[in-house]
Formats: sequence, structure tokens, C-alpha cells
Amino acid sequence: MKLLPAVAGLGLLAATGFTQAADPNLARNLAATCANCHGTNGKAVPGAGLDALNGIDKAKTLQKLADFRSGAKPASIMHQIVKGYTDEQLDLIATYLAAQK
Amino acid sequence: MMLMKRRDFLKAGAAAGALAALYGCAGMGKASGHVVVVGGGYGGATAAKYLRMWSQGGVQVTLVERNPTFVSCPMSNLVVGGTRSMEEITVSYDGLKNTWGVRIIQDDVLAVDPAKRSLRLAKGGELSYDRLVLSPGIEFMWDEIPGLDSTAAQSAILHAWKAGPQTVALRKQLEEMKNGGVYALSIPKAPYRCPPGPYERACLVANYFKQKKPKSKVIILDANEEVVSKKGLFTKAWTDLYKDIVEYRPNSEVKDVDVASKTAILEFDKFKADVLNVVPPHRAGDVATRSGIKLINDRWVDIDWLSMESTSTPGVHVLGDAIFPAPTMPKSGHMANQHGKLAAAAILNLLSGDRPSPTPVLMNTCYSFVDAKNAIHVASVHQYDPATKVVQPVQGAGGVSAARNEIEGKVALGWARNIWADMLT
Repeated sequence: MKLLPAVAGLGLLAATGFTQAADPNLARNLAATCANCHGTNGKAVPGAGLDALNGIDKAKTLQKLADFRSGAKPASIMHQIVKGYTDEQLDLIATYLAAQK
Repeated sequence: MMLMKRRDFLKAGAAAGALAALYGCAGMGKASGHVVVVGGGYGGATAAKYLRMWSQGGVQVTLVERNPTFVSCPMSNLVVGGTRSMEEITVSYDGLKNTWGVRIIQDDVLAVDPAKRSLRLAKGGELSYDRLVLSPGIEFMWDEIPGLDSTAAQSAILHAWKAGPQTVALRKQLEEMKNGGVYALSIPKAPYRCPPGPYERACLVANYFKQKKPKSKVIILDANEEVVSKKGLFTKAWTDLYKDIVEYRPNSEVKDVDVASKTAILEFDKFKADVLNVVPPHRAGDVATRSGIKLINDRWVDIDWLSMESTSTPGVHVLGDAIFPAPTMPKSGHMANQHGKLAAAAILNLLSGDRPSPTPVLMNTCYSFVDAKNAIHVASVHQYDPATKVVQPVQGAGGVSAARNEIEGKVALGWARNIWADMLT
């Protein structure tokens, strides 16, 4: 089984950036990958111990994600997951979730 | 029957107005048509909800599910181990019906006719569809373990690899076993449903024995050459917590059983247990294998990763454990939920005359308990690669827990509550 080197994979994603921008549902679809743990449209089940992400200021969410990535913010799992998304994808996700009530 | 169906459709139409009010109008919302979803597990239930939510009620959705309620496979090992109840892993389909306007038919599907875009129900009648979603889970390959190829044998030697009555029955066998008895669990060769699941079960049964029947043993008969998932963490748990209870035997494929003596028959060896728990090899659920859809290795459905659509059969999208997995992608409930969203987005584009998104992303998280409170995880992120036309794991992302811990035990229970709500509420 041959895996793509991460750099090549990221390069491909960057190269198709114009397609992503043209896909009106991309942010919605990407944010839906977070919903398993953080609730549909970021509305986590109250009291279940996982952060709700809806209506949070975009800059705040992006800073939190950056801190998970750098290790500045300790995590059990998010430091591993955040590395699977490009900066552009994280920006789309944070923008979409900020707009959810 | 027809009258009831019409009434349900009218209700669904009324719910559509309420949905539009709830969710505003972010998308294009021009998709319409009828999607039938077969199987209300992690994949199918998610697809049904997201088709309704994302189309703001514009697409009619019918879910055909044989069981009256959803019973979760993830967390069911806690019931086997005796620290949680069936009620705690059971969720109603009422949310899908009442909140999202999904029409639910409790029935089995006999066969699909992809040319006619219709399917036949076991209790009679046909359903036609514009797009079909199959989320049929797995079927066991009983012919691989000939002694188990009868209903009587299957009620004596349990798999408990589909949550429900078998979960309860396995718990009962363990409770009735004497202190000093032997519980043997056989694991088929990968790929199988829930890679860490058997090792979690071994831990949780050992946890029960340690507290209530300390002279008893857990023997793992693994057809694989080594622990398939979270190897270091499980091995450490067996050494640290269950040193005199758990014994792991690799390369121990169960070829047959003698039901009366509860004996597992290996290639060169036999193993007699007091409670014998055999998970047979599996393949895609029957509805997928019966519908003329292209399979890989006669077992798993070949799909297009941009849409989850069968590569052989237009209009049929297949999710979850039934598909031929992408590299390093586990057959998990979490992943099936992600498949459901990918398929829902693609189907709505297709019903609107658009192409599916060219850049799908999927991610996975699997928690396993090693005792009643401590859990461990494995996570991964998978991005579509246009060169191979497959979703590929992102290198450097994902991974496993540093060590078992109680925080992740709490998060695992929170994960369950959130994913069940994401599918069903």
C-alpha cells in the first residue's frame, strides 16, 4: 500500500483551490466532519463534555486550532486531527461554524 | 399501506416548512426527488437526516430498517462487560420521523432492481426511488465455519458482533459461567467490522472476571498475526491490568466449531471453552450482494469516493462496513456516519443536476475502553486524492492515545451521545 507523501497531497489540494472556492457547499460539508463529536452544525449535546462550536467567533476557533496544532493547547485527540486539514479548510470550517446559531 | 404512506408523505411535507424556518436558507435548496435509504445504522440514519436537513425538506426520504429501535455496536462491549445496560445504548427512531420528516418503514428489503429503480419489501409492496442508499452493514460468512451454519448452533455459539439480542445473550452466558471458567473469543482476519472491538471486548470481559470471577481466563484466538489496532495500548492493558487473566494467541484462525463441547477447531489444534464467542469472517450485507452490484473479492462493494455510488450500478450509493475500504480506513460507526454525509451531499448535488464535490474529506475516531473507566483512541483524517481517485490518509495526522486514561473514558461516552444525536435527533 503506497501512501501519498503529505507534501504532495497538500500541493494537490492547493492546486485545486479554485474548485473549492467554486463549491458553494464545501464549508458546510467540511464542518459536518466535526459533527460526530461536536454536534450537528456544532451544537454539541449539553452536558456530554464536548465543546459546542456554533456561533463561536471565527478568529477564536482558528486560534484554538492553531494552538492544538502547535501543542500550546493540550489535547487528548485534537492535536492529531487538526493536522489532517489544510489551513484553507480550517478557515472554511471556522467561518461556517461561526455563522451557526 | 398505500394510504399510510401518503399520510406520512403529507406529514413530511409539513415538516419541510418547519425545517426551512429552523435552518434558514444557506444552500441552493433546489434538490428534489425521492431517496430510499436501506439500513438505519450509523451510515443510513446519518444519510437520511442530512438529506432532509441539507435539502431543507425538499427531498423525500424513506428509511427501511428491520429493527424498531437503533442499538449501538460501539459501547455494546460495556454491556457485555456488565458496566452498562442495553437501554443506555438504544436510541429511538422518533427524532428522524418527527423532527426530520423521514418516512420510516420497519421491514426487510428482498431485492433491488436498479434498472427499474425500485426495490421489493419482505412484507410486500415495492418502493421506487430516484437515488438509493444502501447501508446494509455486514453479513457473516457462515460457510467458513461449517459447524455454525444452523440457527441452533448460532444461538449457542454467539458472535455478539451485531448489537441487540446477541449482546444480551453473551452477557447472560458470561454471568452463568463458573468462577474458573474459560471465555474464548475468536477474531477473523482483517478487514472486519470495528478493528479494535475484539480487543476491547477481551479487556472488558477480563475486567468483569477480575472483579467477580478472578480464577477465570480470557483467551483471544486471533486469526491475524498480531493485534490489528492500538496494539501497544492493548498489550500494555493486558500486562498491567489482566496479567493472569488474558492470554493472546496470534495466528489462531478458527476453521470450525464443535457446538456441543464448545470447542474451537483451529488448523492444527483444538480449544475447549466454557463460553465460546466466535466472530466469523464477514462480507457486505445481503441486500448489497443480492442486487448485482460489483463486489471486490466477492465481499465488499466497490464505490466511487466522490459520491459513494457503486462503480457498477448507477443510482445506488453504498455506505459503511459494506464497502471496500480505502487505505487504512477502518470499518467503524464513526466512519459510516462520515460516509453518510459524503453521500448525502453528493446525492443532493446530483439531484440538482450538479456534480459531487471534487474534494471530500472523511475523518475517523474510535474509542475503546480497557476497563470501566479508562479508554484509548485511534484517529485519522482522509482526503480525496485525484491521482488515485481514492481518499488517502493524511500522513502526519491522526494517531493513538499516549496512554490509557479516564479523561478519554469520559470523552468516549460524550462521543456516543453526540454521534447518536448527530444521526438520530
